[in-house]
Amino acid sequence: MRSGPSAFNRISVCLGLGFLYAPIVLLVVYSFNASRLVTVWGGFSIRWYAAVLEDSQILDAIWVTLRVGLISATVATGLGILAAVALARSGKFRGRTLFSAMIYAPLAMPEVILGLSLLLLFVAMGIPRGFWTVTLSHATVTLCYATVVIQARLARFDISLEEAARDLGCPPLSAFLKVTLPNIAPAVAAAWMLAFTLSLDDLVIASFTSGPGATTLPMRLYSQIRLGVNPEINAVSTLLIAVVSAGVVAAGLIQRRRLKSA
Amino acid sequence: MKRSWPAGAAPFAWLLVFFALPFFLVAKLSLSHAVLAIPPYAPRLDLSRGAAGLIGFVRELNFATYTRLAADRLYLLAYLSSLKFAAIGTAILLAIGYPMAYGMSRYGAFARQTLLIAVIVPFWTSFLIRIYAWIAILNPTGLLNQVLAAFHLGPLNLLNSQTAVIIGLVYAYLPFMVLPIYAVLDRQDESLIEAAQDLGCTPTQAFWRVTFPLSWPGVAAGALLCFIPMVGEFVIPDLLGGSDTLMLGRTLWTEFFADRDWPAACAVAVVLLGTLAVPIALFQRQQAKVLS
Repeated sequence: MRSGPSAFNRISVCLGLGFLYAPIVLLVVYSFNASRLVTVWGGFSIRWYAAVLEDSQILDAIWVTLRVGLISATVATGLGILAAVALARSGKFRGRTLFSAMIYAPLAMPEVILGLSLLLLFVAMGIPRGFWTVTLSHATVTLCYATVVIQARLARFDISLEEAARDLGCPPLSAFLKVTLPNIAPAVAAAWMLAFTLSLDDLVIASFTSGPGATTLPMRLYSQIRLGVNPEINAVSTLLIAVVSAGVVAAGLIQRRRLKSA
Repeated sequence: MKRSWPAGAAPFAWLLVFFALPFFLVAKLSLSHAVLAIPPYAPRLDLSRGAAGLIGFVRELNFATYTRLAADRLYLLAYLSSLKFAAIGTAILLAIGYPMAYGMSRYGAFARQTLLIAVIVPFWTSFLIRIYAWIAILNPTGLLNQVLAAFHLGPLNLLNSQTAVIIGLVYAYLPFMVLPIYAVLDRQDESLIEAAQDLGCTPTQAFWRVTFPLSWPGVAAGALLCFIPMVGEFVIPDLLGGSDTLMLGRTLWTEFFADRDWPAACAVAVVLLGTLAVPIALFQRQQAKVLS
């Protein structure tokens, strides 16, 4: 039995969450501010949202970012499934240490290093920088996150189910696709969402590996933020926060339902 | 089992090309010198000339970039202050994150799940946007000073200061500290605490003698997961720090984008990576242990 939260526990949780949420709440509230001055309240208005819809630079950047995210997250999840299977199933193989090092290192490595090294690769290979170089870079980095998420689920999956299917005459690939994959599907979906969100959010790696015509939303926002605080940025940010929170809360609710039914 | 090795072949090859190979390019370029050309560095490896090309290439490599960096006090200062910011940030994060994770683990199952989602949502929310939110708060005319003025205090000039950088680091990385600690505390067997109390420990003694030592893997994971990327952080010192806030991630960015000095940017990357090699290796061992 857990000994319920004490007053100290309640206070630390409340203060912590307050610290995490206060800036986000203020940002959202001030996106509805009629005044051009971000920090002076001038009445309720949605004019900055209207401004966003007319800002072709922002809309272009959103479109680029969505395409990069969709493609890179899908590639990363596909490769992530393969990598997770290799790590979870095949005990020791030659190169395993190197393989797992390459999976875990990008999780903690400073983004400036990843961005710079990928850029040098594209320059050395003579690939012009643009949409595809950003997409490849994002797929590489998010592949590692996807692998870790899927591997954690695969480690708990009872492999005898897949073996049973194969004993009954199912070929290995089809046994994996028909038995294992449906069982790890929630983790695969979570991995895809994580990869997509990370791609949506990335400024540093995109700045290094992008070229003309492929400005992502974070790159556009960063150049505007450098010029100063601006209510239109608040409006774009609020839209982004709304989309991401809806996704995370939905994923959390689905998990909770599974928890209850289990 | 050798059977599933082919499954790993595609991601293995992918990571070799897009992750491992680029590091050799960074190391190579850090030994080159800058020239006015595209790409802006020399020598270039010309394998069409065979062995002669390779020998000529190796002969032209030099450590000039490193000696240049070592002679410049600004780089040394940036290096030391990166470590300082990351260390202070990690210490504050532990002080805030541990009580928060411990508090969360004390709630009932339903509340725990909700609190967990509440900590994860900001973790998924755009990093850039969360730092941007602090600019509006710390501005000289910003919300913090408006609140202080209401109490006839201030004004505080926090934006573009070292304090602002620390606030930004702590704010941005808090979920990274809370989640690993929470994961360990949540799995802890409650009967251990009961046993300690049955044997005469006060609740406080039981915490320090049982709960805290057992949560050490979570603390280590959280601290590494925060410290490593903070050393190379770019966005936070760039947006919240002043022009005098030196950090290696920012130095690398400036060398590359503003000064177009690619060899210097690469040398900074090599130094950064060399410094972080030990913490990264520790982190990997920990992760591999947790997952297998």
